[in-house]
Amino acid sequence: MMHFLLLFSRQGKLRLQKWFLPLPERERKKIVKDMTTMVLARKPRTCNFLHWKDLKIVYKRYASLYFCCALENQDNELMALETLHRYVELLDKYFGNVCELDIIFNFEKAYFILDELLMGGEIQETSKLSIVKSIEASDMLQETMEEYMSKPAF
Amino acid sequence: MPSSVRLQEMIRVIRSARTQGEERGIIQRECADIRAQFRQGDNGERSHSLAKLLYVHMLGYPAHFGQMECVRLIASTRYSEKRIGYLGAMMLLDENQDASLLITNSIKNDLSHNSQYVQSLALCTLACMGSAEMCRDLAPEIERLLRASNSYIKKKATLCAVHIIRKVPELAELFTPSARSLLSEKNHGVLHGAVVLITELCEHNPGTLDQFRKAVPELVQIMKGLVTSSYSPEHNVAGISDPFLQVRILRLLRILGHNNDTASDAMNDLLAQVATNTDSSKTAGSAVLYETVLTIMDINSESGLRVLAVNILGRFLLNNDRNIRYISMTSLQKIVQTDHNAVQRHRGTIVDCLKDQDTSVKRRALELSLALVSAVNIRSMMKELLIFLSTCPPELRSHTTSGIFNAAERYSPSKRWHIDTILHVLTTAGGDVRDETVPNLIQLITTASELHCYTVHKLYRALVKDISQQSLVQVACWCIGEYGDLLLKGECEEIEPVQVTEDDVLDALETVLQSHMSSPATRGFALTATMKLSTRITDNVDRIRSIVSIYGSCIDLELQQRAVEYNALFKKYDHMRAAVLERMPVMDKNSPGHTNGDTSGEIKEPDPSKPKPVEAGLLSEPASQVCDLLDLLDGTDTPLQPSPAPTSNPTTTSSADLLDLLGGLEPTPVLTETVYEKNGLSLKIQCDKQTETEVTVTLIGSNSAQNDITNFTLQAAVPKSVQLQMKAPSGNVIPAHGLGQVTQTVVLNNPNKVSLKMRIRVSFSNQGAVHQDTVQIDSFPTQASQTSVSPL
Repeated sequence: MMHFLLLFSRQGKLRLQKWFLPLPERERKKIVKDMTTMVLARKPRTCNFLHWKDLKIVYKRYASLYFCCALENQDNELMALETLHRYVELLDKYFGNVCELDIIFNFEKAYFILDELLMGGEIQETSKLSIVKSIEASDMLQETMEEYMSKPAF
Repeated sequence: MPSSVRLQEMIRVIRSARTQGEERGIIQRECADIRAQFRQGDNGERSHSLAKLLYVHMLGYPAHFGQMECVRLIASTRYSEKRIGYLGAMMLLDENQDASLLITNSIKNDLSHNSQYVQSLALCTLACMGSAEMCRDLAPEIERLLRASNSYIKKKATLCAVHIIRKVPELAELFTPSARSLLSEKNHGVLHGAVVLITELCEHNPGTLDQFRKAVPELVQIMKGLVTSSYSPEHNVAGISDPFLQVRILRLLRILGHNNDTASDAMNDLLAQVATNTDSSKTAGSAVLYETVLTIMDINSESGLRVLAVNILGRFLLNNDRNIRYISMTSLQKIVQTDHNAVQRHRGTIVDCLKDQDTSVKRRALELSLALVSAVNIRSMMKELLIFLSTCPPELRSHTTSGIFNAAERYSPSKRWHIDTILHVLTTAGGDVRDETVPNLIQLITTASELHCYTVHKLYRALVKDISQQSLVQVACWCIGEYGDLLLKGECEEIEPVQVTEDDVLDALETVLQSHMSSPATRGFALTATMKLSTRITDNVDRIRSIVSIYGSCIDLELQQRAVEYNALFKKYDHMRAAVLERMPVMDKNSPGHTNGDTSGEIKEPDPSKPKPVEAGLLSEPASQVCDLLDLLDGTDTPLQPSPAPTSNPTTTSSADLLDLLGGLEPTPVLTETVYEKNGLSLKIQCDKQTETEVTVTLIGSNSAQNDITNFTLQAAVPKSVQLQMKAPSGNVIPAHGLGQVTQTVVLNNPNKVSLKMRIRVSFSNQGAVHQDTVQIDSFPTQASQTSVSPL
């Protein structure tokens, strides 16, 4: 199972954090700091896997954002890379040529999308199409409400 | 009422802050607004405010005051508010917060909501932050949803069940029945969830594991379907049909087939099929192959299949993708012990990976290479490892050196090769070797007696080239000191002869002594080596004498002490010098003294390689060796009592100290007299030193009775003008049957030169009874006289 998933910029600014284990706030902050330091220190042509404590850290850089997740020993690292890639594809489909600013200004949507892909640290849906449909339907539900209330959601 | 700033507007404003302080100010203002909003109650603005708060929270600012708002929004009827409320709950609430319990009821209600998207929110939140209590409360609901709902909800319910089992293992039984039936679902999402659920159930309970073994054929069918199916755009990733599902099924098969022949047999064909047919040009395919290999290696598969798996790993080693090379090496590392021969076939590729750019890959390659060293390939492997050592990153150096040493020790084809290898390592990476390398190497050198000449030549040349590697310099100094005569002879079979003069050698040693690069320990080695040479060279003894005397006033106490002792060897004990500085005996690796620096606690300096000549004998039974040392010296011929036996008493100076030993021995005979003998206890007095105004004696108590004597104490009284100093006794228990003794040194200062008398009170316990007795000694044993003793 995945323990956490983090997105951060090249300057170490956190853009998204999803925790699949209950950890105190202080602990989370420390982990974020450790991850950003470790991952940002990696040279360009090195492999995408790291060891940290007893976890396997898998990270991938997409443009200006680092996607970083932590796995347990029996998890498949190569599959984790695929999972990260799947998430990026979904974001891309949703926002259309997604860039970091999209994720900054629409962070709640990024979370909604993630919550359709992963649950409890495991993949919940393997069909890209299915996820895209669910997000669209949820957005519709929200918008209907908006129309009714004649106010934007956020 | 401040106008509500849209979320995105707020984000823009925060990002435009130029300093940290400015940002803090903006955040404070916004938080104040948000708090005000929360207090106002329902006005349609709450979800904005919470969203803003969540952004602020992500920046790292405190947001706990939003927790109750999350609870309220979750209970709202509007979908947009629920959505943001649940998101807030996942971000701000966890099982450690009290507020989390408050949403249990809302979740329960939402689990039966009309809209599947609301149900989905509840399920997602429960799976993300549900505490054990919440899980217990809601488990029956989840189980119901597992059985009767649409696939969208079913897949989420299965993962929710997984979370529940992780939190409350006892609830596993609740979900076991439905889990099996889920395998017949067509929907990939549900199927994937089902496989994860079954995996979790099997890991928790061996009984359930047995049950699910019956599902192996079904799982095999599903896999076969995936592998051979035609192109399905919905699930296809780089030519592989639903690799996520494939990987999870393979992992479950691994658990089910482990240690079970029937199950393993049932999956053999499938694994072979997947292994051969999967296209590994992209990551997805490699991921599936990787999982297949792990499964093959972990179940009871046929040997053909295992070879196939190792070959796949070998192919991975040649892959351009660094990740795949890394993965393959971690896998090979796991199986190198069990499938050693199969992995050996790929040794060449593994050794090539030592030259990879990536440190992680290098590290893996190093581990594997060390595991693959064997008697057959030791020479070629060592060549590669030594090349690696010269270019490897600093964090890997000490691991490499210790790996090389272990390999050399186990498989070295010849002593000369072994010594050469160690020398090579010391020259290249002397700073990264472990501490015991120096004594180990010295021990190795002493045992290779035919190579002494070769070794000392090689070391001398290395020393002349570079004196910065401390371990190398230490070994070199030691050898030059020991085998200097061989060095000066000039000829050596295995090395081109170079004429080395005595001055050259002394120059080299002096350079080490004076260099700021040399550590204190190294200078100690150099000084002792210089001293040893005084008996091995002929012309330059004066030079040695002057070097040694210079260091007599060195600020380093250790060096100073040595120099003073060596000086003493030149002056007062010159007749002993040759014997004391003889060749050291060969160190036996298994002798009691040869532990990592922990020789018997009495010896002050634990390093067994410190070439104090006396210590050669002191490596084993110290007490008896003192006698051996005395045998070496021609001076005395009277039988000496075992003088101050090694004590655990910290105040007595250690017997290893050269001068003390010599100080304890007068070249003239020493007498011991028995002054008291009663009930098995006998007390002797031994005159250690006698000058005109001072006498040092040792009182020795021994016990020939059947029982141990305990609480043994001595008190002494002397005439008024005499000053008495009693040193601490060696102990206060005298073992029975003469198995041990207690000694106590007494120093009497007699400035008025009166006739010495001493009264001693002896008190001790024996078998529970306390005894006391007094002895008067009227005159002390001297050279010419006999003691007169009158027991009172």
